[in-house]
Order: sequence, then C-alpha cells, then structure tokens
Amino acid sequence: MTLKPRITAEAAGKSMAEIEPKYSPQEAKVEADRCLYCFDAPCIMACPTGIDIPGFIKKIATNNLTGSARVILESNILGASCARVCPTSVLCEGACVLLDRDEKPIKIGRLQRYATDHVFDNRIDVFKQKTRPNGRKVALIGGGPASLACAAELARLGYQAVIFEKKPEAGGLNTYGIAYYKLTPEVSLAEVNLVKSLGVEIRTGVEVGKDIAMEKLLADFDAVFVGIGLGRTLRLDIPGEDKQGVVEALEFIEWIHTKPLHQVPVGERVAVIGCGNTAIDAVTQAKRLGAKEAVIVYRRGEDDMPAYEYEYEIAKKDGCSFMFHTAPVEVLGGDQVTGLKLVKTRNNAQGKAEVVPGSEFEEPFDMVIKALGQQKQVSVLKKLAPQLELDKAGCVACNPATGQTNVDKLFVGGDARNGGREVVNAVSEGKKAARGIHVWLGGQAVEGPVQASRLGCKDGVTGSGYLHPKRVPELEAEYHAMLNEVRHG
Amino acid sequence: MADLSINLAGIKSPNPFWVASAPPSNTAYQCHRAFEAGWGGVVWKTIGDPIVNVSSRYSSHDLAGQRMVGFNNIELISDRSPETNFREIAECKKRWPHHAIIASLMTDTRENWHDMMKRSADAGADGVELNFGCPHGMCERGMGSAVGQNPDVIETIVGWVMEAAEIPVIVKLTPNITDITRPARAAKKAGADAISMINTINSITQVNLDTMCPEPYVAGKSTHGGYCGPAVKPIALNMVQSCASDPQVGLPISGIGGIGNWRDAAEFIALGSTSVQVCTAIMHYGFRIVEDMIDGLSDFLDSKGMASVNELRGKAVKSVDKWETLNLNYKRVADINYDKCIGCNLCYIACEDGAHQAIDLIKPDGKGLGPGRLPGKLIPQINVDHCVGCNLCSLVCPVDHCISMVDIETGKAPMSWKDYQDKLAKGEMERIPAHP
Repeated sequence: MTLKPRITAEAAGKSMAEIEPKYSPQEAKVEADRCLYCFDAPCIMACPTGIDIPGFIKKIATNNLTGSARVILESNILGASCARVCPTSVLCEGACVLLDRDEKPIKIGRLQRYATDHVFDNRIDVFKQKTRPNGRKVALIGGGPASLACAAELARLGYQAVIFEKKPEAGGLNTYGIAYYKLTPEVSLAEVNLVKSLGVEIRTGVEVGKDIAMEKLLADFDAVFVGIGLGRTLRLDIPGEDKQGVVEALEFIEWIHTKPLHQVPVGERVAVIGCGNTAIDAVTQAKRLGAKEAVIVYRRGEDDMPAYEYEYEIAKKDGCSFMFHTAPVEVLGGDQVTGLKLVKTRNNAQGKAEVVPGSEFEEPFDMVIKALGQQKQVSVLKKLAPQLELDKAGCVACNPATGQTNVDKLFVGGDARNGGREVVNAVSEGKKAARGIHVWLGGQAVEGPVQASRLGCKDGVTGSGYLHPKRVPELEAEYHAMLNEVRHG
Repeated sequence: MADLSINLAGIKSPNPFWVASAPPSNTAYQCHRAFEAGWGGVVWKTIGDPIVNVSSRYSSHDLAGQRMVGFNNIELISDRSPETNFREIAECKKRWPHHAIIASLMTDTRENWHDMMKRSADAGADGVELNFGCPHGMCERGMGSAVGQNPDVIETIVGWVMEAAEIPVIVKLTPNITDITRPARAAKKAGADAISMINTINSITQVNLDTMCPEPYVAGKSTHGGYCGPAVKPIALNMVQSCASDPQVGLPISGIGGIGNWRDAAEFIALGSTSVQVCTAIMHYGFRIVEDMIDGLSDFLDSKGMASVNELRGKAVKSVDKWETLNLNYKRVADINYDKCIGCNLCYIACEDGAHQAIDLIKPDGKGLGPGRLPGKLIPQINVDHCVGCNLCSLVCPVDHCISMVDIETGKAPMSWKDYQDKLAKGEMERIPAHP
C-alpha cells in the first residue's frame, strides 16, 4: 500500500465542496432583517479587526451590497476569507445579544461572505478613492494575512508597500493551508489581487536573506514589517519518523491546494497525530479524499483537545475516528510506513499526560500525518536581525499597540508575533503595525475602528451634562482578555 | 362562551366579522366559502355599471421581511353585471338566511339610485352600503371618493337613496378628507342608518428605480391607488373614534382598516364599531383567518366577564379626549429590568439622538446577565431626573417587559392645560419654567 489518489474528480468536487455555501438573496435578507442593529454592538468589540458589523448587515437588508462590502473591507481587507475561516462562534457570533434572548445569533460570517462575494464576483472596486503617494516605502517580509493587511493599510495611507514572498503565490496559509471545504485558494488569491489593486507590489519567489539581503531592505526602505508566520510542523521525535508516508499536515493540505483534487495522494488508513484545528483539517480532508479510515491520535482526552467544538463536530460528521489518551512511540515499516506502535496515556494528578505502563500496542496505517503545531522560526528571525528580542515562547516581542520591535525600523505582526492565532488576529496586527509605522514615520495617528453611528459624538461632557461613552481601550482589552479566557480557559 | 351576535341598524349577524366589499366578496362562490369558514357577513363587491379593469392592479409595501404591511389597489368596482350580482346575492341569501349580506352600491342619477335600492331589496339583501370612498378611477367619473369628499353631495345622494330605502343604509366614508366627522354628519342629516370607515387612502406604495415607474405597472404608467392593510389601522381607529364620540354623528359604525386578528377587531369595537370588515388579511391568508378571530374574541370577552360583544362596544371611546384635558402633573419614567436586558443599547441611542438624552451608559458592575456577560461593555441607565417619560426607549427595546414605564408620585394635584390657563389668568400660579 502506498499513497495514491483514491477518488474521482466528480466525487472530489462533491466531498470537498464548501460546507457553508453562499446565501441566496432571500436567505441573506431574512438573516439581515433579524439583526437588531445594536448600538456599540458587542459583536464589534468581539471582532479583532473591529468591523462595524450591524452597519454592514443593515446595508445587506437594504440591498446596498457594495456599501456593505466596503464597510467590511475598510476594517478587514481579508474580510472574504475571514468570513469563511473565522471561529465566529467564539468571536462576533458568540457575542451576539440574541443569545441572551434565547435565540440563535445572527450568522455574521455567512452574511459577511454574502456581501464580500458580491464585490469579488462582480469585480466592483470598493476603494475608488486612491490616496496620493507620500513618497515613503515599506518592505514586508512574507506574503501571508498579516503582511497583506499591513500593506493594504499602508497603501491606503499613501505608502509604497512591497511584499517579499518566497512561495509562488501570496496569501500564506489562506492560499495553501486551510481546509478546502472552508476556503478555496481562489478566494485567497482574489484577496491578494484586491491588495495589489491598492498599489501594493508583491514579489513572489523571493526569499529575504537568500535572494535579497535584509541589510538591503533596511537600507532601501523606511520601515520593514516582519510577517513570516511560523515554520515547519513540530517533529514527533520517535524512531521511523522519516519513512515514506509520514507527512506534515500543512504539507498534505498544500497538496490539496496545488494539485487537482482527484490527484491528491492519500493513504487507505490514515493516522493524524495531534488534535488542534489543523489536525482536524487534515483528518477530515483525508477522509473526504477517499481514505477508508482516518483517525486522530491524541495523547490527552476529549475535553483537553485544542480544536474548536464545531471543528470536532465536522470531523465526527465526516466519519473520522478518535483515539484519545494514545501516543505514538514508533513509526513501523520498512521504507514505507506500515503502522504505528502506540501506548495508552492518562492524565496524572498534575493534569499532564503520562504513559500507562505495559500498554503498548500496534495499529496498521499506511499514512501518518503530523499535526503537532508549527515551530517558531527562532533561527530565521535571528538570522534576519540578530538583536531582535524574542519572548520565552520564541515569539517576536513588540509594542502590542504598534507592532514595533526593539530593532530600528522593524515592525512585526501575525503568527511570528502571536505564536499562531487566527487569520483575523493576523489582519488586526498587520493593520495596527501599519498605523504604528505611520505614526513612527511622523504621520498623524489613525483612530481605531469607530462605529459609524459614533462619528460626531462629542468627547466628554455634552450640553445636556451627560458623559458620552467613547470607546475605552482598557475596557476593550478587558473584554478581549475575557474572550480569551472563555476560549482557552 | 360570550355571545358574538350583533345587530347593526337592523342588520343581524351571528358575529361582528364581515368580509369587506372587495375582491374577496366578488362572487357567490366566495360568499359561500366565507360563510362556511365562519364569517358573519359579506359586503358584496360594489355593484354598478360594469366597468373595465386594467392589468396589473395591486402593489405592496413590505417591511423587514413582512409582506403586505401595506397594500394598494387600482381595481375598480365589480366588472360583472348588476343582474349577475343580484341573482347571486339572492342565491346566497337563500342558502344563508341568518348571515348578513350587504349590497355595496355605486351609481350616479337619482333614478339609478332608486333602481339599485329596489333591486337590492328584491334580491333579499339585509342592507346596502353606499360606496362613497373608492379613491381611484371611479372618483374621476364623479363617483366614489368624489362624493365622499363633499358633505353637500353626500347629503343630496343619501337623500335620494333614503327615498327608496326599504332596508338599512350604511354610508361608507373616505379617509381622504381633513375631518371625518363632516361627511359622517352629512350622512346622518340625510337619514342614513349607519356609517362604515375607512375606505382606502390615496397612495403610491413604491417606485421601481430601474423603470422609474411606480407599481402597479400598467404598460409604462401607474396611477394613484387605494392603500389599506395593517399599516392603516391607526388611521382607521382614529377616524372610528372621532365619529363614535361625536354627538352630531350618533350612528352605528362598521369599522374597517387593517384588521387582521381578534385583537384588532376588539380595539375597533372598543372604540365604537358594531361590526368590523376585513379585506387585506383575507387577500393575504384566505377566509380561514376568521376562526382565530371568533375564538380569540370570545375568549377575550369571557376573560373580562362580558357576556356579549355588545358590552365591549365603545368601552374605550371616552378615554380619548382633547389634549388640553390631559393631566400635566402626571409623571412616568422608564425603568430597566437588568435581568432581561440583553445589552443592545438601542434604548441609549434612541434617547440620545432621538429624544431627551436621559440614558447614560455606565460600567456594568454587578448588573444582570445580559449586560454582565460582557465585562466592560457599557450598559444603559435611566437618568430619572431627566427622563420625560416619552416611552421611546420602551418602544425600541427588543425584549418584552424589559423596559417598563413606572408612575412617579409628584405630590401635585392633577392640572390640565385648560386648568393651567385658568389659573394663570386668575393669577393663582406662576408660569411653569421652560425646559432647560
């Protein structure tokens, strides 16, 4: 048994089709009409990019779809992909007030997709007003969501932004690394084109430090943004790990995004090691591409898995199976993987997984997908800028409001800064860094996201003697900390 | 079970629910279906010289997913001959002797009115309704609302009709006037037995922004239509109450305008209607809606200990009075129930931008589930000293019983504007200071 394509083009088209198709106009209208149009809505506060969500939904209700998409894209240039991949149930939709009226929250993600699809499908330019160039140049290393968001924001502030991407296409994990049934590379590449249309230059196939020296970037540009994301998947560090048939989750997902679906090689019995969201993306797609069995092997229990609840549901619905409290100790086989030697584990008093003595057993697999999370790019970062300060986890340390690092001219955002979070966090950090760069280079501070209805609200005490509720950054930070707790705690 | 039967100026009906003169009352077939469903009466589609209609005829005002909140038509009176209509009325009356069938009529000369009255009585109709309300097409020919808008003409024509009247005569009024009591008084003066209102309101419901032509579309043009449906109910209630409270009118009323359920009907009856007429709701959902109207009204009357629907009639008429009689010293303020508040802050922005800036947004410290669920999310708080008790916040609040309006003891004796003016004139009090 070896890895080989196991499904026809037609069947792959069906099994890999989007799980949440586009709303019909009627569906969108009905859903948009449900929105209460809250003032200072909690969904806005829950969105890392601060999209005026009730504002864009109201515009869908009035069939002003271009205006709706403009509201979205002005706050989040990758609004189309975020609409598909955001964990909305723990972000905007999780904050919807309708939950407190014992109703289903507004399907914000699907409405956001409806509006953004309208402008992409009909090639409508929502940013008609182009900014006059201010003569300054910023280089961006890496072409993923953080850099795209940063470059778009810079371009709209008048900067000449140049992205250096080592892969053939920009978009980062949006183009190469997200489950196909959630986000197709076409959507990501359309967003890349939107960023280009703002005047951003993207040089693909160029690796900074190899094809172009970091010193040259620092000399030629007024500022440099580091958006290099994370590195390869963490190693299992067990014997036999390098046998044929053992692949990294992101490598497998990249095949799906670069080959015709019916030509993606997959095993008959597939083990996925790990239980994060990428592990789920890998196991479900292995199953959908024809694996007879696709199994998650996870050293801890169901309640400990880092994957979101709804991702777990998808995997179960797809017929994937789960081996909890199980860890691999050896990859079996000759050149080619034929199985795994596994042990049972249990949580000890400290809540850590420990091996159950004498529990070794073997399971046959012809494909093993490693999904233990990605490595921090410590050596790459040190090579780019030896003085760059990293935190204990290997993430780039910076001013959280501006993304500015300890190295002159150097700003950071995205996974390299946060250690691996959502696309929407990368967009938010990219945007903040762009504004940080702008202020650092002497520009006027750009206000954070302000709900349209807030414009014109006076600061402080008004004529009637009441205190106006301006956005309070500490309050928002408190709120985001709470959300984090809900999500991880 | 409360008795729902009514007697409107001698027209008896097993319940107050009548099908209004309109497309649902066009044929004997529909009349049979209406009575089978439970309707107490049918006002036949207006009989006159057969007309020719256009295509299309209706358009709608939709709101936030709700279809036909308002409805408009440019259809004229019956396009069938008087012979056919009267023959079918006679057939229906034979089969439904205890239900009310009212012939709606529209014609021009004295002789023609006399003829129509005789034929109505001969057909066995329980009464007639004079269509002085149709606001499109027929008014251009000097009939319909052209009559209803001129009290002198009403008086003349009702006079002609009464000369030949063997059965009760209801005059149907148009709302397209300044003061509904003027035409109502004219009808009374000329001897009419009852009035019904409202007919439809002049309207254009929507413009097609591609063709730049309103709906309903007729070969590149449209025309002013008659507006009805749920959206007109407040206008109709106002006119019904105005006539019911006017001692110079003093006629039984058949209420019409936006009625779609038992609650609407109960409100019309409480403001002075004896029967109520329904069209748009039937055009939307069919005759079956009467089933809920009957048992809903009956259960409501039981719950209030009323043995008959007649006990409800006019109960709320007296509570509507001139503004100058309202108590200026009464005060109520909004009160938020934080156990129900979901944190939408619609009350805040409504008051801030649309009313009196009497709601603050404050830190939620310890306040209920909704707002408390999001730490740091500001929540609304009524500033009682500045609240004028306007109701706006409680109206926009999307949660039932979350914002209630509570009475505040002012310790002041009741004083109306009239009292206030008297006291000022007598020098018994100072002017109330202007609001800051």
